[in-house]
Amino acid sequence: MKYFTLTWKGLNAFFNRVKDGRKMTEEKVSVDINEILDAAIEAKYNRVDQIEFHRRVVESGLSRSTIEAISKAKKEPEWMLRLRLKSLELFEKLPTPNWLPDVLSSLNVSNLELYIKPDVERTDNWEQIPKEIREYYEKLGIPQSEQKVLGGLVAVLESEPIYANVKQELQKKGVIMMPPEEAMVKYPDIFKQYFMKIFPASDHKFAALHGALWSGGVFVYVPKGVKITTPVEGFFVIGTEMEGQFEHTLVIADEDSYIHFIEGCSAPQFKNFSFHDGMVELFANDNAHIKFTTIQNWSKNVINFNNKRAWANKNSVIEWVEGSLGSKYSFVYPSTILRGEGASSTSLVVTLASAEGDWKDSGSKMIHAAPHTRSRVINKNIGFNGGVNVYRGLVKVNKGAVGSKAFVKCDSLMLDEKTKAYTFPHNQVFEEDADVAHEAHTFRMSEDQLFYLMSRGISEKEATSMLVLGFMDEIMRELPFEYAAMLNKVIKLELDKLGAVA
Amino acid sequence: MSTLKIEDLHVEVEGKEIIKGISLEIKSGEVHAIMGPNGSGKTTLSLAIMGHPKYKITKGRILLDGEDITNLETDQKVKKGLFLAFQNPIEISGVKLSTLLVAEYNRVYGSNESVTQVFSKITSLSKSVGISDSLLNRGVFEGFSGGEKKRVEILQLQILKPKFAILDEPDSGVDVDGLKTISDVIKKVKEENNTGYLIITHYRRILDYVNADKIHVLYKGRIIASGSMELAKLIDEKGYEGVIKQ
Repeated sequence: MKYFTLTWKGLNAFFNRVKDGRKMTEEKVSVDINEILDAAIEAKYNRVDQIEFHRRVVESGLSRSTIEAISKAKKEPEWMLRLRLKSLELFEKLPTPNWLPDVLSSLNVSNLELYIKPDVERTDNWEQIPKEIREYYEKLGIPQSEQKVLGGLVAVLESEPIYANVKQELQKKGVIMMPPEEAMVKYPDIFKQYFMKIFPASDHKFAALHGALWSGGVFVYVPKGVKITTPVEGFFVIGTEMEGQFEHTLVIADEDSYIHFIEGCSAPQFKNFSFHDGMVELFANDNAHIKFTTIQNWSKNVINFNNKRAWANKNSVIEWVEGSLGSKYSFVYPSTILRGEGASSTSLVVTLASAEGDWKDSGSKMIHAAPHTRSRVINKNIGFNGGVNVYRGLVKVNKGAVGSKAFVKCDSLMLDEKTKAYTFPHNQVFEEDADVAHEAHTFRMSEDQLFYLMSRGISEKEATSMLVLGFMDEIMRELPFEYAAMLNKVIKLELDKLGAVA
Repeated sequence: MSTLKIEDLHVEVEGKEIIKGISLEIKSGEVHAIMGPNGSGKTTLSLAIMGHPKYKITKGRILLDGEDITNLETDQKVKKGLFLAFQNPIEISGVKLSTLLVAEYNRVYGSNESVTQVFSKITSLSKSVGISDSLLNRGVFEGFSGGEKKRVEILQLQILKPKFAILDEPDSGVDVDGLKTISDVIKKVKEENNTGYLIITHYRRILDYVNADKIHVLYKGRIIASGSMELAKLIDEKGYEGVIKQ
């Protein structure tokens, strides 16, 4: 395994920052996601057969030729093209997931536009960002330089020195961090070993779709024994390239290493795409520790699928922290396969469904496939103004996974009568001595707690947000200070909408 | 010099009238006490004055310095200068006690000082009423003993420096030393801030410590007797039954 230090200039050059205002050309391929989703939903109810489904998919623009064009433009090796085509086949064959809500069919989703070249046109047009979003940023006190990144105007913060320390530490320690396209060519062996092996395309329809269309994201490799003490904030270090529609993140922590990787940010982001089908694959080798945090606060025009799975080897630790604040629909199920003895994993998920029609579907899958493994799932859902939160989780203890311990806690906070919460937990336990526990609670805003806080001179709004943040405390504690502080402000602004007409 | 005037207050809870016409006037620096058997409406009165949503004021008014504050929001009443120390405050486990106290401090003094400065002031004030650092780090009232809860309430009295404070049984479940501490704070705040008090209690000891000016006896939603400390002594000797009969 060769690894060389990358200078920021090198990374920079690869990402092709448009610093001089030069516009990059790209060929856009239009794929009608409406067709794809409609066909998928109808197929779910057997109203559309395979042939018809295939026809609709091809008509939508998604076909072998689309995939071939993408692969060619990216100059990919043969094996990747084959992987993509195989994924497309699987997409067409696999049944529609039964968790896909009917409500999606009524959503008017615009065409899904794919860029064949990874570079994106950037204009210096401040007016492009919707006025409400700009006003929101002002309220949150975000400096203009950062607002530009959030708005997608610039790929990365101009003021690089802030993140220079992190980059220096990474380079010094031999950490590899580069776009997957580059890693695929430079480190094919390790790349092939894990890419879409941890989360195979055959797993479900939208994983297959991802396999066919993936582009951008990040590949991270942490060498043996290397521990990165500062959290790596992907969004600010790598920029919005990380957040394409089909971005793929692959993090490999070799033996005894540690990394905390954060993607996304608490401040709201306007996305000009409507459908996101990303994937995160993590591999923690023996005694390694990966903490992966996602804070997502995208505009309400987005349907967010994010496929997340980790492999945990012997005595390793995988921590998932997930904050789904934005987007209209969100389907995220961080999962861990505990395949090595003594491995452990935790998953903390908080979802916010704050408007009529919001559907936040979340949960975690913990598979105990080795002895003495431990898992802990904490899922917190907050709903108001008619939003819907759904929890779908799975704890599986395989035969032979003796001495396993699993705990699941699922709490829902309903701030008004209109909001709904559904829980579908599943346990599949095949070992007698497995210790599997589950708790589920529904809370409403406590009148007495609110009154107490108000009796201390705190306004009803402020008191409500204190109680909501208190409800999310377990997750807040896991975030670095700036993220928690920003999340604090974001929740307060979201709660302003409580009781407002949708 | 401020005045808190309660005029012919009637309060309903779940459709039932509990307070049947109470009138009181408290001036700055005065210490009034309300005594009475359990179920007479003492806590109801205190919660209604503060504006708890379950307690409906069906008749009468609350005037603070001549201004009608009867229907203001609870936090507004507090901003005008009212305070309530709860008899049995509710647990709020998700909110750290230190967070709450800092928020209260900032409300009174503005947020000019740094977080560290405010924090150290809160810590030393807390220590002076016997609240340890570990308690500050816990959720509000999370697993607190009765005595600890009372100390926290009295600490907030000290931070918020209200014009008028209603203290609901500040002495119940408190030992002799704790009672001294609490009484000292009550006196201190009165001296420094000229706060007027309405103390709900069953026992005269605290009233002796704080030198109560006027005692009122509440029975079945009405004040049936008002007097000086003599009245409290009478209750102490003869019990409520004795006094009610008279």
